[in-house]
Amino acid sequence: MNKIKSLADLQKLKEEVRSQIRLRENSENPEQLVQVKVGMATCGIASGARDTMKFFVEELERQAIDAVVTQTGCMGFCYAEPTVEIKIPGKEPVVFGFVNRQKAEEIINQYIKKGKMVDGIIPLSFKTIDD
Amino acid sequence: MKTISEHILDIVQNSIRANSTLIEIIFEENKLNDLCIVTVKDNGDGMDEELVQLAVDPFFTTRTTRKTGLGLSLLQQHAKQTGGFFEIQSKQGEGTAVRAGFRISSIDRQPVGDIAEVIYLLMLSHAEIRWIFRHQAEKGIFELDSEEMLKSIEGVPLKHHRIRDAVIELIRNNLDEIEAMK
Repeated sequence: MNKIKSLADLQKLKEEVRSQIRLRENSENPEQLVQVKVGMATCGIASGARDTMKFFVEELERQAIDAVVTQTGCMGFCYAEPTVEIKIPGKEPVVFGFVNRQKAEEIINQYIKKGKMVDGIIPLSFKTIDD
Repeated sequence: MKTISEHILDIVQNSIRANSTLIEIIFEENKLNDLCIVTVKDNGDGMDEELVQLAVDPFFTTRTTRKTGLGLSLLQQHAKQTGGFFEIQSKQGEGTAVRAGFRISSIDRQPVGDIAEVIYLLMLSHAEIRWIFRHQAEKGIFELDSEEMLKSIEGVPLKHHRIRDAVIELIRNNLDEIEAMK
């Protein structure tokens, strides 16, 4: 394949790709998509959050899971970086800590695809008997 | 942070929080002065003089989740360790420019790292912001404007793996061609 150097090259590739894309039934409405937010503050980046984000971007796309991957700032869990918040439509958002590639894979295959809880959740809110 | 591109990924979060709609990431190499100036410039909320003084303090932050903010102070430390400089120019209501100068030949100068990947990730996760990346080297200048890039791939999602690979390749090939500093 020729080297991609200019925007014109990019446009040519786009035409090629467009003809191959399957049309998806789901609309691109954010509320209907799985939202993945990777903590990308100083603590996160220093702990390898970029790699984690890259993995989510690549793997979700490869498995054709409708998701939006974004970065967020510090969520306050610097001791557990990289952290990722997963919001599945209709469910409460869940924050996971120590998310390396392996953990990310587990999260995608178990929690996102099957809804099974995975170890390593950081509790954000809890109710006591008095609530 | 192990690379300059990781610092950029960090500092840029400040610009995003400041409600910027245009963020410029600029590398200016000057082999004659042995200096590479890295600038992150935004059109966000800006800061008054007092805030600019406080910003570099690692124990100061405007966020509410915790009490420290290390990004700017770490970048300042790294720039100064190479014998370079660090400055913040800001005007409330107009925007902020963070400029870090690194001595290119200094043994303490970190590698630039995978800037192509960082630029792609930023454009992907914050497509509502206009990103302009520019690298000025001895052999030439490379500039990428997210607006133009998105126009050229119109009709196909940016997250598609072939588009992703292509955009990252495009940046890398152009940087190689102008022999950008690594």
